[in-house]
Amino acid sequence: MEQKKLDPRYKVANREALIGVGIAMINFFIWYSFAYGLGSKPVEEYQFIFGLPSWFFYSCVLGFLIITVIVWLVVKFLFSDVPFEEEEQ
Amino acid sequence: MNWGVAIPLIIFLCSLFFFGIYATKYLKHGPDFLQEYFLGGRNLGGLLLAMTMVATYGSASSFIGGPGIAYNMGLGWVLLSMSQVVTGYFTLAILGKKFAIISRKTKAVTLNDFLRERYQSKWVVIISSICIVVFLFASMSAQWIGGGRLLESFMGLSYQSALLIFTLSVLIFVVIGGFRAVAITDTVLGMIMIIGTIIILVGTIIAGGGVPNIIEKLTVENPNLITPFGADGSLTPLYVSSFWLLVGVGVVGLPQIAVRAMSYKNAKAMHTAMIIGTLVTGAIMLGMHLTGVFARVVIPGIEVGDTVMPQLTLTILPSWLAGIVLAAPIAAVISTVNALLLLVSSSLVKDIYINYINNKATDQFIKKLTLSVTAIIGILVYIVSIEPPDLLIWLNLFAFGGLEAAFIWPIIMGLYWKKGNAYGALASMITGVSSYIIIDRLFPDLLGVHPVVVPVFLSFILYVVVSLFTQYKKPIQQQQIIDKFWYVSK
Repeated sequence: MEQKKLDPRYKVANREALIGVGIAMINFFIWYSFAYGLGSKPVEEYQFIFGLPSWFFYSCVLGFLIITVIVWLVVKFLFSDVPFEEEEQ
Repeated sequence: MNWGVAIPLIIFLCSLFFFGIYATKYLKHGPDFLQEYFLGGRNLGGLLLAMTMVATYGSASSFIGGPGIAYNMGLGWVLLSMSQVVTGYFTLAILGKKFAIISRKTKAVTLNDFLRERYQSKWVVIISSICIVVFLFASMSAQWIGGGRLLESFMGLSYQSALLIFTLSVLIFVVIGGFRAVAITDTVLGMIMIIGTIIILVGTIIAGGGVPNIIEKLTVENPNLITPFGADGSLTPLYVSSFWLLVGVGVVGLPQIAVRAMSYKNAKAMHTAMIIGTLVTGAIMLGMHLTGVFARVVIPGIEVGDTVMPQLTLTILPSWLAGIVLAAPIAAVISTVNALLLLVSSSLVKDIYINYINNKATDQFIKKLTLSVTAIIGILVYIVSIEPPDLLIWLNLFAFGGLEAAFIWPIIMGLYWKKGNAYGALASMITGVSSYIIIDRLFPDLLGVHPVVVPVFLSFILYVVVSLFTQYKKPIQQQQIIDKFWYVSK
């Protein structure tokens, strides 16, 4: 009888899917905490960065750039190259 | 006719035609017509993959509808739109390698191929095809109308002739070029979107006298415009966060996006695409929506949100530059429509006709059939759009949520959970779509979140519970599926 074994590439795929969920959670956390942490103050107490309210700058401008850098780092250091094509049997 | 704006636009449409023809050179040599036509030979590199995903996802609402709402709601709506950054990396990370591996193992070309192999059920495929055809036809005609209206307002043509020009230019390269033409043109279209976004944002900031000045004027008009809560204070944190599901992580369930996660060449392409996709999606969403808010200072007093961006562009830019910027939303519409058109025709030809009606059709016949079905659907959408119903955004958003509720769990759980089966998938799809329609129509404010949230949770529960209850129904078949999907023979 043929021996079966779990496709070894799936270990990589599962791990990377979980990492994807992780990045999304970090993304949400940055987005939410800056927006509502700083943005819930009365408007008179707002601080401004490059003319934008600080909640907006941190949440939407800086937060977006941070996430892009995180994706770049994760892809570069944590994701691995696996072959997709099946070897011909 | 406004020639100053029309000429850059015409040049743009012609160059698209050129790219479509370029892409067909590959089509003639491709070994497998269906795989080449619908998936570009599974050969997309990183840039093409990222751009085709961004361009398919970014539609009229990113360039016209969204900024129009931002104009009225203020920075809170920009915050909401930034939940879309997640689409740049999440879909590829979640479906990513597993989808690519499995679709090669099973030779899947469409989403339905995957579902058929995974669930081995005629009913799953039929219901999924119905969802795809109905919902995508609806959102396609919404985009089509948007495209016609855009051409109408920029070029000063009648709506009917604008629609005809739009239809012809879309059909020419979709019918001729297939997926690869769509992916290549998407790359050009994506570039145009980015350039257009930068020009219009910079132009608006200059016209408004700099960011600090614009923000100050907004604060004087209504301080709520610069808070995260919207001009009328109606954007609660919970409601805004629920958009993470609709336009963020839920996008995994959109067939037109998911099918792109099968189309790439290798792991490296996927990695590059995640980085480019995140950067480009974020830049376009931030740039366009922020422009919408800033426009309030530059051109105050506009009543209809959808006209903000066209009017802004024509006001602040010289006409030749306006032509280039206005090509961006047209680009967004065309690239979305292309993808949808291809998906609808692949569902009809591949998933229904070849599977269940005539599986002995010759290659030559399939080729002819595919091209004519694609053309016929295009013409049908055109006819529907001549007398457009007044429900553009509703139709579009409805299709969006409906598809997500139907497909998200059958795709994700099908990939990652061995016990998932056809009964669970069917229950999940039916519950997802029907509860979404009911909640959207009858209880739109349920729990203070977007109507798509509850159906997505319900369909998850149904998927798991029904799969568990029926797990001993077809043990042999289920074992065969698991062997094929999860195991390799040594």
